[in-house]
Parts: sequence; structure tokens; C-alpha cells
Amino acid sequence: MGFLTKLTQKSGLHRLPSGTFTVDPHGNIVSSTVPQWVPEAQVREIGREILAIFKAAAAARLQFSEMKVQYAAFKITAREMRGGAMIFLSPRTSQALAPS
Amino acid sequence: MAAQNKILLLDDDDQMLELYQELLKQLPSQPDVQVCNTGARAIAMLESEPFTLLITDLRMPKMDGLQVLAIVRRKFPQLRIVVLTGVLDEEYRSRAYAQGVEMFWQKPSSVEDIKLFQDCVESMLDRATQAPEGFRGVQNKSLVDLVQLECLSRSSSLLHITRGGLHGKIWIQNGEIIDAATTNMSGEEAFKEILSWKGGNFEILPADPARPRTINNSYQGLLLDTAQALDESKGPPPGAEADAQTAAPNPSGLAALGHFEGVSFVLSIPPDEKAAVEAWSLENSQEVALWARDTHRRLARIGESLHAGELTGATGIGLLENWALRPHAQKGLLCVGFRPAVGADEVEQTMNHVFDKWAS
Repeated sequence: MGFLTKLTQKSGLHRLPSGTFTVDPHGNIVSSTVPQWVPEAQVREIGREILAIFKAAAAARLQFSEMKVQYAAFKITAREMRGGAMIFLSPRTSQALAPS
Repeated sequence: MAAQNKILLLDDDDQMLELYQELLKQLPSQPDVQVCNTGARAIAMLESEPFTLLITDLRMPKMDGLQVLAIVRRKFPQLRIVVLTGVLDEEYRSRAYAQGVEMFWQKPSSVEDIKLFQDCVESMLDRATQAPEGFRGVQNKSLVDLVQLECLSRSSSLLHITRGGLHGKIWIQNGEIIDAATTNMSGEEAFKEILSWKGGNFEILPADPARPRTINNSYQGLLLDTAQALDESKGPPPGAEADAQTAAPNPSGLAALGHFEGVSFVLSIPPDEKAAVEAWSLENSQEVALWARDTHRRLARIGESLHAGELTGATGIGLLENWALRPHAQKGLLCVGFRPAVGADEVEQTMNHVFDKWAS
């Protein structure tokens, strides 16, 4: 399968984290399975941005409990939990990106 | 014996060229596969000898794939083109198809993908050998011209039109338009809808004589009605009556998006924050627009910090309402509300159609 490795070499790979973390209503990390090489400050910042989105949505009278965010190479799923949030980080595999 | 098919492979990565050359040489028709690593070189090679197929990457330094496509389409209208790229981007895809490419492939990443890619290329070469006659390269003709051409020549055919994820069909029997269909419309309504698309691709497929007739208007009458409807949908001329500060409902434009199954509101947010947003079936459009802009900024920031690639969209699922948000480089943001009965997967699928129509 050496050629399959070659196929994916061109894209210039960045290491993308995979894991789950929860934040309380103040944006503090309560629990996390995100790898340790991801700076804690970055994880906290993601949590705060997500919480801010949930709060602003309520102010705009948009009620939702789950949000899925798609990037070209990454997916975030966030669930609102009594003012806090549970956030799932998952890289999208090249297989998932393949045309159907 | 049929002449050997010739494929020109263009990619700035020499390793990829070597690899794909090997893969394509394994095809049953054993084509002659030549390679080059710059757009300028590709054009020079195409000028010096005839090729059946060009397979090109999109992201290349100096002259990128889209520039190559624009030149090649104009200079070599007979040439079949396949885009093979590492980046799956709807805008790139739409632009490539608008340039008349036959296929848009993401670089295969599994053995199954490679096999599928080889099969598609082989099938394309096979068709090129079997049907060498006919003209190609009419992408600058409007759909109205095309329909008129088919009707005036009293043809019987099925026009298959695609624009991004949108699909439409127009059935023509002995020069008369007998039926039309899109994903969610049929008859005259679908015909008008298809003609409102500003670009895309078409295929002329064999006629379907068994198709029941649902359109009884003459093609001239239909085209006239459609032209009138399109003019009306453009709204009043500048300065006639415009209240740029308020988000007025836009019955001619956004209401059409509201016809999609399950859609509860539509909000079109231009990139310029001072420009008015357009809303359909949404009372607090300004508040939602502010939230959508803010959310887009926050999500883009997260994506940047993670090197996650371009933000392609977001969806929200709730007890009372679901929504989807998609950015567009030129048009800004589209935020669409969905009734709660519409499931998460359905929201994404419908949003694809709504977004393609809005972007068109």
C-alpha cells in the first residue's frame, strides 16, 4: 500500500486532534479526552467560542441543543448541557471526503 | 483497428504524475499516457499533438488548473477533461463544471476509489472511440438557445441539466417540450426553474417516447412566459422603491427557496455588513443575521486555530427548530430554518439543494 501513502502526501498534513471535552457554563474544562499535545488554552478557547454561540443563539430566539460544524478536514459536534457544553472533535478522514 | 487513446496528465507533483501514469497505463485500452507539470507546458503539448483526454490538478503554482481549463476549453473544444484534485470544494467543483469538464474527482484515497477512477476513465475513453462525430464546446450558449435549437430542429431528446447539486430534465418530443422535472418540481414550474439557472452543464440523452405529456404550451409560449417571469424576479429597477435599511421579505427570490420540503425560514446575509439582509418567513431577521455573522466568525476562528480547513457549514438541531448555515465567498451567508420534524441528515441534504439554488 505504499502508493496510497504517496497519494495523501501532497496535502501537507497538520495534526488534528480527536477527542471529547466538557465545559461548564463559565468555560472551564470539566473533563477531557483531547490529546495532551493540544494546548489547554486552545481547548478552553474552543469551548468558550461554542458557549458564546449557544448563548447568542438563545438571545436571537434560536433554540437548539446540538450543533454540527463542518470544516474541509474536521468536524465539531457540540451539545448544550445546562449552560455548559460537551464538545466532540473529530478529523474527517479522506474516505469520508470522497465523492459519493 | 481503433487509434490508441492519448491521455495528458497535468500535476505539479512529479510523484503523483508517476503514480497516475502507472495507474492509467493499466487500463484495458492501454492508452498512451503523457505527463507534464505546468499549465503552460500542457497547452504546448496539446497544441503539438491531439489528445483524447486531459486529466488535470487544480491547485498549481503560476497557472492554476482553472486558468488551464479556461484556455483549453476555448482552444480545444473536442478535448475531454477530468479534474483530479486533492481539495473537495463546492466552489471549485462548480467552476470546473462551468468550464465544461466531464468529471470532477477527488484524488482517490483507497483501492476501491482507484478502481472506480480507472473504470470511469476507461468508460470515457470508450465513448470517445465509439462516438467520434458531433460537435462539442457550446458552453457559452444559454439554455434558452439550446432549447430553441432542439425545438426548431424538431428533435426528440431528453435534456439533462446540472448545476452543482441541482439536476433538471426537459423532455422534448418532435420539437415540442412535453415535460420537465427538477428534484422537487415538475411540469411548467420545473421548466421555468431550470431556465432560471445561470450556468451549468447539459447532456442530450435519447428521447423517452413513453414520457406522459404534462406541458401543453408551445415552446415559444413557454420561453416567452419564462423570460417574463425571470424579468419580474429581478425586481424593480434601481431607485424605483428600495428600503435598504430594512430586511424586506423577498417573495420573488427567497420564497422559491421556501418551497423545499421542511424549510421554515430563509435568510440571505450579504458580506457587506451595511447591506440589507433578505429574509423569507422570519420575523427577527436582523437578530438572526447578527448571530449568524458572529457565529461564522467564531467558527472560522476555531477552524483557523486547528488548521481544520475551510469552514463549509454548520447545522443546529433543536426541539422547536433546526437550522443550517453556509458561507459563500461572494454572496455571504445563507441561514435556513427547518421544521423540527426534519431530521439532521435531511437538513443537510435539503440545505445542499437550497444552497445550490441560492448560489445560482
